Amino acid sequence: MLLSCTDVRKTFGSAVVLDGLSLDVDEHEVVALIGASGSGKSTLLRCVNLLEQIDDGQVRLDDEDITDPRVDPDLVRRKIGLVFQSYNLFPHMTVLDNITLAPVRVHRRPAAQAREQAMEWLTRVGLADKAGSYPDRLSGGQQQRVAIVRALVNSPRLLLLDEVTSALDPELVGEVLTMIRELKSEGMTMVLATHEMGFARQVADRVAFLDNGRVLEQGPPAQVLGDPVEARTRQFLARIIEAGRL
Amino acid sequence: MTDPVHRPSALHQERIVYRRRQAIRSVLLAALSTAVVGTVLGVLITGAPGWDRVRRSFLDPAIGDRFLPDTLSGLWLNIRMLVVCAFCALALGLLVAVLRTLRGPVFFPVRALATVYTYSFRGLPLIIVIYVYAFGIPGLRLQGTPNVTVLGGAAIVVTYGAYLAEVFRAGIESVHPSQIAAARSLGLGYRQAMRFVVLPQAVRRVAPPLLNDTVALQKDVGLISLAGPIDAIRAAQIGVAQTANFTPYIVAGVLFVLLALPLIGITDWVTLRAARRQNAGA
Repeated sequence: MLLSCTDVRKTFGSAVVLDGLSLDVDEHEVVALIGASGSGKSTLLRCVNLLEQIDDGQVRLDDEDITDPRVDPDLVRRKIGLVFQSYNLFPHMTVLDNITLAPVRVHRRPAAQAREQAMEWLTRVGLADKAGSYPDRLSGGQQQRVAIVRALVNSPRLLLLDEVTSALDPELVGEVLTMIRELKSEGMTMVLATHEMGFARQVADRVAFLDNGRVLEQGPPAQVLGDPVEARTRQFLARIIEAGRL
Repeated sequence: MTDPVHRPSALHQERIVYRRRQAIRSVLLAALSTAVVGTVLGVLITGAPGWDRVRRSFLDPAIGDRFLPDTLSGLWLNIRMLVVCAFCALALGLLVAVLRTLRGPVFFPVRALATVYTYSFRGLPLIIVIYVYAFGIPGLRLQGTPNVTVLGGAAIVVTYGAYLAEVFRAGIESVHPSQIAAARSLGLGYRQAMRFVVLPQAVRRVAPPLLNDTVALQKDVGLISLAGPIDAIRAAQIGVAQTANFTPYIVAGVLFVLLALPLIGITDWVTLRAARRQNAGA
């Protein structure tokens, strides 16, 4: 078990966002989190990356309790990559500097080696010619691919993807999804919050439906998306179909 | 762009001609209006009953000439003070701003001190700070007390540091939290996130107001004359006392304006560039 969340609770003021949520993720597994806005998908990812402090329960990574206050969050985050809905590239740095910042400053790798590795990745995703550009010169899809590369060069054990295609124009979604599909084939462990049901069906080993801060139902994509057990899941999927997104 | 030899249509050619005519009209109007305002002002001032007296006591070319060299050598002190004070005040302001953002109980006294500092020195008139520093500190008769020029400079640095700290802090707070989240998610610690991600963006954003405060500082450097050193204003004051004529002050004033021009130019340029970059969607 690579990641194990047990009875995780997170509140913001009086709002209970995660209400005793439990979820396990095996190594090399891809888990898609689905559910309505506000069901706690993003909050769960932020809690796993320790950007938010949980209010109860436990998150274990590689069998270590990372929610123990004695654990150094910076050391945990070195093992987890997080990609945001709004890319969050650093606007004052070139694409190359965005990617090499953490390898050089956090992992203390020689700058030349970090640059070389970054260029290999950029070449792979077809963005080598953008290495010297600033993020505002890139399309949304290009920015998001750079953001994924930025997370990957730190060789994370686990990659968290927070609705990485939600801010993209429909014709740019494909290039990002292709990249994620390739990562899966290489065995990267991923937890992705998504609204793309079709994509969840294709790439995920397991789909977890979040409702009111808990995992209400989980299982193989075909089952959860095709023949859900819970009434709430059916309702959610019916609304999605109505909106033409499945 | 698709057709390199695109010829504007007759309709558009007519528009171009119209716009050109309008542009010429605006330039002519502006020139006319300026001439009218200038003439009216000139007539008003030179026609005033006391104009001859004012001209004699404020704009006497002979006296201006006589005290120009002294004022100029005084200005050299102002320039040196300006460079040193601006540099020190920017460094102090940045330090205090960063101290104010520190989290954690250990830093409470540091945070509190920094807050008290920015509150009190923004309220305290610079003249009083200069008096206290230049006359109070030597009064303690401590060994190694620096001279009055250094003490006066320190007063300016401490006062301007408080303003600049607030400008820096506004810049730091304007950087969106998602930027810090992104930096931390990559494993960067608080200090690294601050140094590589937050501060570079913050400083770029507040560069125009920072430079503007530096222009104000360059002017207030003249207040050092209150503590005794002979700067441009002090030199002019001596001239005024000797001749009972105010022309040396005007000379010093013009010199200060000339000194400020390059800095003001840079400020405008940086502001313009920042605005343009923002419009580009950066």
